[in-house]
Amino acid sequence: MHDDHVHPSPSGEHVEADGQWAFGTGFEDPLYGADTTVPDGIDGAELASCCVLLADDALIAAQRLAQWCTNAPELEEELALANIGLDLLGQARHLYARAGRADGTGRGEDAYAYFRDPAEFRNVRLVELPNGDYAFSVVRLLVFATWRLELFTRLTDTPDPVLAAIASKSIKELDYHRSYAAQWVVRLGDGTAESRLRAQRALDEVAPHLGELFTPHEHLRVDVASVRAETTAIVSRVLDTAGLVLPITESATGGGRDGLHTEHLPALLAELQSVARADPQATW
Amino acid sequence: MTGFETTSLEESDFELRLHEQFDDTIARDQRIEPRDWMPDGYRRTLIRQIAQHAHSEIIGMQPEGEWITRAPSLRRKAILFAKVQDEAGHGLYLYSAAETLGADRADLTQRLIDGRQKYSSIFNYPTPTFADVGVIAWLVDGAAICNQVPLCRSSFGPYARAMVRVCKEESFHQRQGYELLSTMMRGTDHQRATVQDAVDRWWWPSLMMFGPPDGDSPNSEQSMAWRIKRHTNDELRQRFVDMTVPQAAALGVTLPDPELRWNEERGRHDFGTPDWSELHRVITGDGPCNTERVARRRAAHEDGAWVREAASAHAATQAARAREGAAA
Amino acid sequence: MTDATPRTSAQWPLYEVFVRGKRGLNHVHVGSLHAADERMALTHARDLYTRRNEGVSIWVVRSDLITASTPDERDPFFAPSGDKVYRHPTFYDIPADVPHI
Repeated sequence: MHDDHVHPSPSGEHVEADGQWAFGTGFEDPLYGADTTVPDGIDGAELASCCVLLADDALIAAQRLAQWCTNAPELEEELALANIGLDLLGQARHLYARAGRADGTGRGEDAYAYFRDPAEFRNVRLVELPNGDYAFSVVRLLVFATWRLELFTRLTDTPDPVLAAIASKSIKELDYHRSYAAQWVVRLGDGTAESRLRAQRALDEVAPHLGELFTPHEHLRVDVASVRAETTAIVSRVLDTAGLVLPITESATGGGRDGLHTEHLPALLAELQSVARADPQATW
Repeated sequence: MTGFETTSLEESDFELRLHEQFDDTIARDQRIEPRDWMPDGYRRTLIRQIAQHAHSEIIGMQPEGEWITRAPSLRRKAILFAKVQDEAGHGLYLYSAAETLGADRADLTQRLIDGRQKYSSIFNYPTPTFADVGVIAWLVDGAAICNQVPLCRSSFGPYARAMVRVCKEESFHQRQGYELLSTMMRGTDHQRATVQDAVDRWWWPSLMMFGPPDGDSPNSEQSMAWRIKRHTNDELRQRFVDMTVPQAAALGVTLPDPELRWNEERGRHDFGTPDWSELHRVITGDGPCNTERVARRRAAHEDGAWVREAASAHAATQAARAREGAAA
Repeated sequence: MTDATPRTSAQWPLYEVFVRGKRGLNHVHVGSLHAADERMALTHARDLYTRRNEGVSIWVVRSDLITASTPDERDPFFAPSGDKVYRHPTFYDIPADVPHI
């Protein structure tokens, strides 16, 4: 099967038109068809490190969304959650592929996803937390998508053209994710007494993990202060509409970017990696 | 029945005429559309068949869905995720078709989770290895395609149109499954053994997907007459066997039927008889995973009630606000 | 259906979906779905009916707001269906002035 384009982006009609990169059409290589030479003047190791942490965020978030499969509150939401999960999985694949070229190891995406241990993962803790109820999942998604959209918007003019292209493609997806989550947070906040309670509780649980999102990282060269300001402003607007309050408890700096994870990540990875590791000689 | 100023005799004449016209539409191989007059039995049969079909898509997400989080490569993960998502979509196309007949999705869902309406018994078998993902796509989806392609010409328009959509998407499903199995067959000995093991487990249940033998299929004849169905169970089963045998050979797996051989005279394959008593057991609820599948669907539906209620409440509040705004 | 009381049931209303396959074509009816409000209906429609880039534009409309034409007079076969007591799709309102046969 040569046509590997299993998941067209929900962003719809624009995808093909701006497709300077033949994303997702390669048999094995998600960056098939793109010029993946690392331009002069770019530190490959640093670029790879940046791609890996962004990929890890997306992979773990996608894994959590996959756990909703067959458990969503309505069938139409199955489609929506899967679309978002597939978008993020696609982002992870492109970013890992970029990392493998940039760090000179030539590693494929699966080497990163399946054959690293939890302490080697660089995702923020927010994404590894268990799904909880639907309120927790959409509140987390709102924060995650809003923040990631801000990051990627700033990465569209990053010096590496491949990362810039991945960012450009991703922002259309993230815009949809944010909109989906925002709609739901408003519905839950402005819904029934029970949904409001659950949504507020979700916010209380998410709040301590916000600080980590805005901690500067040496290889992620974006203006963290402006990312923080924009993310907070947008999330606050949604919460205002929803009649919810973001508690001022953010303090933890996390540690996910340094490989210091909650106990939830090893369990998540054990499941994700189980088949691949059971028989490393196998071909899939 | 309001509005009719007719005697019952005239009314029954009228019904008779409608029935003739209905039969005539079927005979001319034209489609029946939702607002057309149709015999009660036709409506009931369609609702039952389309609902069972929709339920099968939704329950069918489970055995494969279990493997999305464990898929052994990111490419396989994306493919499987997209495939299971498609199945949710197929379920929705079909519920949508059932709703054009006046059925209500909430009611159909309730029937499913109360165990009052069936789904394809194939999904009551477990999926212990990743090879099952490939074999389901190859054999189970292959059998489904054999069943579904003729349904694209089913006499009921919305059902036929839903099937056209479904069939287009199913071809991706079957191909990716076959491709996974080919890859595994080129892998390690252990992988080859897993594929063969999965084929051994799924072959007979796949044959049973076509339903009981023609002589034992009480509803088939009427469904054929109404052109809801186009081929008998046995015809479709034969077609599936003939299609699958060369694929199995190319793959390098053995189909677990000692009686399976080419019949030169018939120009078709002879094959053994499935264990119908097993099918009966599985259909009547004694399959390996019946309870678990329905329980999972029930839990999702019931756990989601507060979410659906919240959205309804918000929509109602918004509508009320809009009315107040308009009145002010 | 003109019921103005707020819905609090968990059952979302039905919406019909129309997709413009590409520029230059009409919107075509592709099916239906359930959603709590218009915005959700559009989101769902995109996820359900345009997963493979099948559309450039989507319309959604609540099924119970559609007014259907009277059945084709050239085919009297259809004529009385609006009056049948079958559990009919309630969403096709027949204009009040349509004569009964």
